[in-house]
Amino acid sequence: MSTDPRQLQGAPALEIKTSTFSVPTLLLASNNLEAIGQQLLQTVEKAPDFFTHSPVVLDVQALNNRRLPIDLKKLCRLVRDVGMFPIGIRGGNEEQNALALKLAIPNYSTHHPVAAEPAKTKAAPPQAAPAPSPAVKLLTLPVRSGQRIYAEGDLIVLAPVSAGAEVIAEGNIHIYSTLRGRALAGVPNNTDARIFCSDLQAELISIAGNYQVSSNFSAPKGKPVQIYLQEQSLIIKDI
Amino acid sequence: MARIIVVTSGKGGVGKTTTSAAIAMGLAKKGHKTAVIDFDVGLRNLDLIMGCERRVIYDFINVINGEASLNQALIRDKNCNQLYILPASQTRDKDALSQEGVGKVLEELAKDFQYIICDSPAGIEKGAQLAMYYADDAFVVTNPEVSSVRDSDRMLGILSSKSRRAETNQEPIKEYLLLTRYSPERVKLKEMLSVDDVQEILSLHLLGVIPESKSVLNASNSGLPVILDEKSDAGQAYMDVVARYLGEECPHRFIDEKKGLLGKLFGGR
Repeated sequence: MSTDPRQLQGAPALEIKTSTFSVPTLLLASNNLEAIGQQLLQTVEKAPDFFTHSPVVLDVQALNNRRLPIDLKKLCRLVRDVGMFPIGIRGGNEEQNALALKLAIPNYSTHHPVAAEPAKTKAAPPQAAPAPSPAVKLLTLPVRSGQRIYAEGDLIVLAPVSAGAEVIAEGNIHIYSTLRGRALAGVPNNTDARIFCSDLQAELISIAGNYQVSSNFSAPKGKPVQIYLQEQSLIIKDI
Repeated sequence: MARIIVVTSGKGGVGKTTTSAAIAMGLAKKGHKTAVIDFDVGLRNLDLIMGCERRVIYDFINVINGEASLNQALIRDKNCNQLYILPASQTRDKDALSQEGVGKVLEELAKDFQYIICDSPAGIEKGAQLAMYYADDAFVVTNPEVSSVRDSDRMLGILSSKSRRAETNQEPIKEYLLLTRYSPERVKLKEMLSVDDVQEILSLHLLGVIPESKSVLNASNSGLPVILDEKSDAGQAYMDVVARYLGEECPHRFIDEKKGLLGKLFGGR
């Protein structure tokens, strides 16, 4: 097939974009394959339209927390037998993640990384477009004093962040409540990251390492604001 | 199945032991077989508040170490035959407690009792962590001042991450706020945080407000849990707390200032 190179330059043949999908996740609580198979079949029979040919992510974190081994190969066969397609594994240990990759199943990181979990697998070839950003981390319970939360992507908190607590994200931070603790967005050097919160009473705010402590900024209490970086200084603005 | 309640706070001197004694007595008086355990090994106090200090023979550590049986160590309360006390050891320290040991004792108690109250020591170290590890419910005792509120907040973080329920992915511990030593007069003078201030910071279900009261000290000195002093405001407040915990509807009292005669006459504030 011959193509005019000029034509190629004009219109790109493809574009890589990040999209978010909602995919069912199989949270495994037992390593008994027989029981899993049976329950899976029952579930699928209840809503065949929904589950047949549906992608599914296998979450083995609870098993690993209790150190229950599982035969990944057989598990995948079980899932495929009921008509679903495993498209990822989450919360796996090093061995399981490696095996999953061999079965052409990508690894996802978890909220609470399992001990000895390897660094994120680099599935994309080097020249590819920027890797899709990791999943958004969502917290619904208050972040208490002394707790430290780290998100590899964006962080959304639906409850207050207490004084003495620390929320850190490589992406943006959204807090739909009062921020009294510390918020560090865009670590280590994402200068485009922003912090959004419904009530800013923070001890410290920082974007890509540019920080300010509360004595150096004033924000009207109880008003939603956003914080972004402009020429290395933090701007606090009403929304 | 027994319900294990931890009374905790992080900060010291806020009223954990007073609360443990009062709640335990309240539950027992309502006919529930209740045990209260002193986890403050080395700084034993609960026996004094419960007025059984002269009847302590064996203690919690003896039971953990298998030197005494649970029945030998449990002290039956003089005022209520549904209430038993398991005192702490005064001669040891918190390192004498072990997770398995505590687990075994609680398991054995659970066969016989409906409620088990764990009176936590102050701090966030081993003693406090073991007191809350097996809990189903937590009463977080807080005074209306900033340092106590922050310590409670810290404790809440530990409750949600380092308990058995958290580690085994069960339903989390139910957390309740108990505001003690509350003085509406001082709140009005802005010397104290108000109930609303504390609730806004901790965002927690309020189980009750215990007013600052002379009756608490009197009760401690006489070795009778303050809940037995039915005429006192603090005693009544604790009764309300027990009733609310057991699911009864009970409006909050002692939050607003008591009106003097003139205030009543003129209806003003």
